[in-house]
Amino acid sequence: MDVLMLSRLQFAATTFFHFLFVPLTLGLGILMAVMETQYVRTGQAIYKRMVKFWGKIFLLNFALGVVTGIPLEFQFGTNWSRYSEFVGDVFGSILAIEASVAFFLESTFIGIWIFAWDRISPRFHAACMWFIAIGTNISAFWILVANAWMQNPVGYTVRNGRAELVDFGAVVTSQSAILEFMHTVLGSYILAAFLVMGISAWHLLRKNEVEFFTKSFQYALIFGLFASVLTAGTGHLSGIKVHETQPAKLAAMEALWETTDYAPMTLIMWPDPENETNHWEFLEIPGLLSILASEGDPSTVVRGLKDFPPEDRPPVTLTWLSFRIMVGLGTLFLIVSVIGWIWRRNLRNHPRFLKLMIWMIPLPYLALELGWIVTEVGRQPWIVYGLMRTRDAVSTVPLPDVWVSFVGFILVYGLLGILDFALIYRIAKRGPEPAQELESAAVEK
Amino acid sequence: MDLQTIWFILWGVLWAAFFILDGFDLGIGALLPFLGKTDRDRRMMLNAMGPFWDGNEVWLITAGGVTFAAFPGTYATLFSAMYSALMLVLLCLIFRGVAMEFRSKGNSDRWRAFWDKALFLASSTGALLFGVAFFNIFKGIPIDGDGVMQGNLFTLINPYGLIGGLLFLTLFSMHGSLYLAIRTTGDLYQRAVNTAKTLWIASLVMVVVAVAASAMMTRLFANYMTTPALFLIPLLAVAGLGLCRMWIGKNDWRAWGASAVSIAALTFYGLAGIYPAMLPSSLDDSFSRTISNASSTPLTLKIMLGVVLVVIPIVIAYQFFAYKLLSHKLDENDLRSDHAY
Repeated sequence: MDVLMLSRLQFAATTFFHFLFVPLTLGLGILMAVMETQYVRTGQAIYKRMVKFWGKIFLLNFALGVVTGIPLEFQFGTNWSRYSEFVGDVFGSILAIEASVAFFLESTFIGIWIFAWDRISPRFHAACMWFIAIGTNISAFWILVANAWMQNPVGYTVRNGRAELVDFGAVVTSQSAILEFMHTVLGSYILAAFLVMGISAWHLLRKNEVEFFTKSFQYALIFGLFASVLTAGTGHLSGIKVHETQPAKLAAMEALWETTDYAPMTLIMWPDPENETNHWEFLEIPGLLSILASEGDPSTVVRGLKDFPPEDRPPVTLTWLSFRIMVGLGTLFLIVSVIGWIWRRNLRNHPRFLKLMIWMIPLPYLALELGWIVTEVGRQPWIVYGLMRTRDAVSTVPLPDVWVSFVGFILVYGLLGILDFALIYRIAKRGPEPAQELESAAVEK
Repeated sequence: MDLQTIWFILWGVLWAAFFILDGFDLGIGALLPFLGKTDRDRRMMLNAMGPFWDGNEVWLITAGGVTFAAFPGTYATLFSAMYSALMLVLLCLIFRGVAMEFRSKGNSDRWRAFWDKALFLASSTGALLFGVAFFNIFKGIPIDGDGVMQGNLFTLINPYGLIGGLLFLTLFSMHGSLYLAIRTTGDLYQRAVNTAKTLWIASLVMVVVAVAASAMMTRLFANYMTTPALFLIPLLAVAGLGLCRMWIGKNDWRAWGASAVSIAALTFYGLAGIYPAMLPSSLDDSFSRTISNASSTPLTLKIMLGVVLVVIPIVIAYQFFAYKLLSHKLDENDLRSDHAY
């Protein structure tokens, strides 16, 4: 393997791991902020116990999200120095803003949140949780603005051998950026909601802390239902955007070879990139792809892969398969959330549903990672779509050094990932601190 | 002053802020096996920096981000040239963070001893590597006309780089023990103060060695000769150290503040010597990355200046508030809290 391939794998692996930790904090932070607000409003101890229990899982993931995020920022320089030098004028400022606006906010207030329970008013403490939740979501916004620029570069001109900023507003308010942000954070909310519901279901089946976990489940359910609906909606809008800005990616997502109007969507098939065709095509819905890629017009022309020279096509099978499974999972989350909504008042009478919810926990993780694959693999062979190829972006660094760092990342992140999920499992199984202890601790003070 | 020079100074300010703030975290980590005799001691040390290490580390991320934004050429060349050294630093920062987080999640002695060791190794190596990296920047590294490093990790392990590494390690450790003194009482407090006094001597020696080595092994003083006013910067570093010694054990906050001044002054001591270069090439001056050949467009520099001038004062204000709120002397109650380290 050469430096290019290793650098790609390293970036993919480090992003993959980072994204095991971050989505949970994006959604769980908001859920905790809502719970803590309820505590301030009602004064009921149960909400405080909820915040503290879910907070343990939150903090663990927050710390891992922070430490696995730092290598991502520096890898643009270490492994992708030609890219950095070419786009830094546009791209670098977005990362700098992310750090100064969002990272400071979340990282400073998390310290206060953890250590100042008895030193500030409950109201201010709840406000700190909101700052953290908002901070994590703002950081998601900026990093996705940066990524969206790689998908659909705007507001720049090529001058002096590099991309130079012309219109900062265009970069920040680009529709691609807004949609990518919404779709990603809403997907993350689903993940957080399903984790909370799954853990709560496990305890409800064992009749532990019934009130505590029923309430947790219900809060997560509302959140998850809302997020599932909107994720589907923003997903649809993103599809329209991709059709407009990255036609090769859309063609790969659907494994569409021939350019055509009234483009169909084929439910069952398997792509064969070698022969530029698909096998086992079955259940074809005429015009559906054209309808989905536009705003409902079946006569819309959708470009097929054969329209692009082979060196400009993304890997078809991986993009197509990832997209399929992601959409399927998204649909499943929506259905399950609706069923949960119908049964929300008597959850314990539906043990099979509760059991299902435990098994649902890993699926949003899978869906989110697959979404990344669609976004990033589907953009290939470009690092900035239509502007710079990935192979022209890589640094000139010694191959052994990249081998060492790649293997090092895999080993270290593998260890961290295993420990993280083992610890979440332990915290989740142990359940919240007993109610009495909390009260007696309060009396002691 | 032109925009690029303003950004060069801001660049230095961000690095200095990182060294001052995360420097004491790394220092406390480096002192863990020496000052933390019992599990309770070690927990005190962890919880002393507990509320802050994460926010402190963001100064590094911001320094990195600002390098990318304002000087993409420097960002690209510096981090690819120091590939393996930077990867090691990242590894250290990862282990420092997770060691803090994981340690308290298990009760067994072996579990805790493992993460204590990880925290110690990660913190001390991290402090050392930052020194090695910066002193190599001060001296210049073999980058060619394409910004490609003609060397590897071992090119950076040279006498001058190692002097920088040891300087950072001793200085950060002293700085860490001074912050620990702010937050502890009794026996641990005494040990922190005594350690600070010992490390103060080591730091002074290292500063003298570093300045002498700079005169012999680098061209740092060329700028000083043309602009003698710059000598105020190293003088400030020495004055900071002097005041620090006066206040150790008497006024903990002032002693910490004085050592912070020294750390900032030492950062600028090197940067003032290399200006207008940001990454001097030891092969040929024309290969150096400078504030003019590595910078972003005036438009980006202006936008970012606006952002930074608005946001950073707000950040400083709330971080200051956090320090004020949570720098009390630690007691058993703090250790008993649900989410404490």
